[in-house]
Amino acid sequence: MTDQTLPLSAVQEQRIRRDTRADVWFRRLLFSAALLVLLVLVGAAASTLWGGRHAFMTFGLDFITSAEWDVGAEKFGALVPIYGTLMTSFIALLLAVPTAFGIALFLSEIAPPWLRGPVATAVELLAGIPSIIYGMWGLFVFGPFMAAYISPFINDYLGAIPVIGVLFQGPPLGIGMLTAGIVLAIMILPFITSVMYEVFRSVPAQLKESAYALGSTTWEVCWDIVLPYTRSAVVGGAFLGLGRALGETMAVTFVLGNAHQFSLSLMMPSSSIASVIANEFNEAYTDLHRSSLIALGFLLFVVTFFVLLAARLMLSQLSRKAGN
Amino acid sequence: MHIDAYLYRKRRIKNGLALIFGSAAAVLGLGFLAWILGTTLIKGVSALSPALFVEMTPPPGAADGGLANALFGSVLITLLATAIGAPIGILAGLWLAEYARHSKLGLVVRFVNDILLSAPSIVIGLFIYTAVVVTLNQYSGGSLGFSGFAGSLALAMLVVPVVTRTTDEMMQLQPPAMREAALALGIPQWKVTLQILLRAARAGVVTGVLLSIARITGETAPLLFTAFGNQYWNADVLKPMATVPVTIFQFAMSPFENWQHLAWAGALLLTLFVLLLNLSSRFFFRNRDSK
Repeated sequence: MTDQTLPLSAVQEQRIRRDTRADVWFRRLLFSAALLVLLVLVGAAASTLWGGRHAFMTFGLDFITSAEWDVGAEKFGALVPIYGTLMTSFIALLLAVPTAFGIALFLSEIAPPWLRGPVATAVELLAGIPSIIYGMWGLFVFGPFMAAYISPFINDYLGAIPVIGVLFQGPPLGIGMLTAGIVLAIMILPFITSVMYEVFRSVPAQLKESAYALGSTTWEVCWDIVLPYTRSAVVGGAFLGLGRALGETMAVTFVLGNAHQFSLSLMMPSSSIASVIANEFNEAYTDLHRSSLIALGFLLFVVTFFVLLAARLMLSQLSRKAGN
Repeated sequence: MHIDAYLYRKRRIKNGLALIFGSAAAVLGLGFLAWILGTTLIKGVSALSPALFVEMTPPPGAADGGLANALFGSVLITLLATAIGAPIGILAGLWLAEYARHSKLGLVVRFVNDILLSAPSIVIGLFIYTAVVVTLNQYSGGSLGFSGFAGSLALAMLVVPVVTRTTDEMMQLQPPAMREAALALGIPQWKVTLQILLRAARAGVVTGVLLSIARITGETAPLLFTAFGNQYWNADVLKPMATVPVTIFQFAMSPFENWQHLAWAGALLLTLFVLLLNLSSRFFFRNRDSK
């Protein structure tokens, strides 16, 4: 065949050469843009590690284990913000995951079809509201509401329980880890819900219909068919929410109180990694203080990275099952 | 028979409880949405005034004031961030979909991009602070530092993953036959990608860009130590610049009543803008899709 092709004219050859060159450069351009994505991740980790080197080298492991955060004495231990971050995120997950499950159940099994669209849209809109709005609402509306109605109640009843009662004793300030946890829960609720709803819908209809045909109730279909089928993705969705909660700044900063005293009680003001950075960074005048805050950012980034990594791995398991 | 009836009733009660729980969860979730939006609307509307768009942010203790400089800063920084981030995101998305759909490196980039999608934005702020603000400060001898440009860079880092993801997804949806037909005509691949496939997918790509704008409009944390804030009117992107979210953050925590009013007004403007953008991108995509 090749010996039958007509010889190319000089113009054509030039054109082919130009196209090839353009293709190569186009490919390089696209590739460098993709590399930039990797660079952002590496850059964020490397720059915060570099910026925090001063703090890491000065305090060593004490940076994580010490609860003393004294700007005047230049002593920085991050135990309180670490505890605050983990605790508020834990509360948020504890509240948000069952609620998200309920909403996803409602959307996929209970709600009449005409209601599904609007409710699902509303949930997605909730996910779009800037987190600073949640924070303001928490500070001006929900905090006072907690102080007036919820905190005294919790203090009286839950605070009286031995052992775990310690967690619920404290003045009804309205701000603190519990309030922050609840605001966070409301904020991550839409993320988890939309993941759960999406994976619930991916369950093959035959599976569900077979179970219904055998006489299962809606709940049994959900608990014994849908949930086992989607287990890894549901956990992945929860982890995705956890990743959001750990790194959330604004929703938490407003309602946490920025206190550096360690206290077990969820009713007391505390601080989280993100809230400390947001509150103190622009007022940090010594290098060590600033470096400690950047080091906190590094810790946060590493922890959320692994949480999100786990989330994505678990989410991709379901799509592998579905054959994509 | 007796046991069967008992079991049946137990199952029915359990089911009923579950259905009540599910419905209650939905009501609760929507209730909070209504509560938050309602508060923002009521407090925001009562703080709205023409002065908001004309006057500058007030100094402590001064009466009234507006958000003019913050609004301008937000619009400028958001536009700049989109102008920087969206092309990178589109190019990266094209690479993922057209050149690396199943390659190992492609999988890694896609995975990292998904992680960046929900990475803590405050760390991105710290990244730009150490990489750009501090560096600029050192090389300019202290005359440069916090700047609107640094803020745009930080926000651009948040635009990239959103746009990359949607571009990648939209390009993968394009029928292979179209790609093959175009290549069979001897059109160079860059032309096929840009002028045929990207054009076919443009509704989805534009939706991605709109969603990314909605995402960065309310971002506060990455701007705190990049764009910083400015009490005065400033159109120089190399100087500190006021933005609406940062102003809200400063004003809401303050004891001054007029500052708090301004914060609510800003919150309302942000929320309305973001909701409008989300809704319109949804409609935009649906209309294009049905054609």
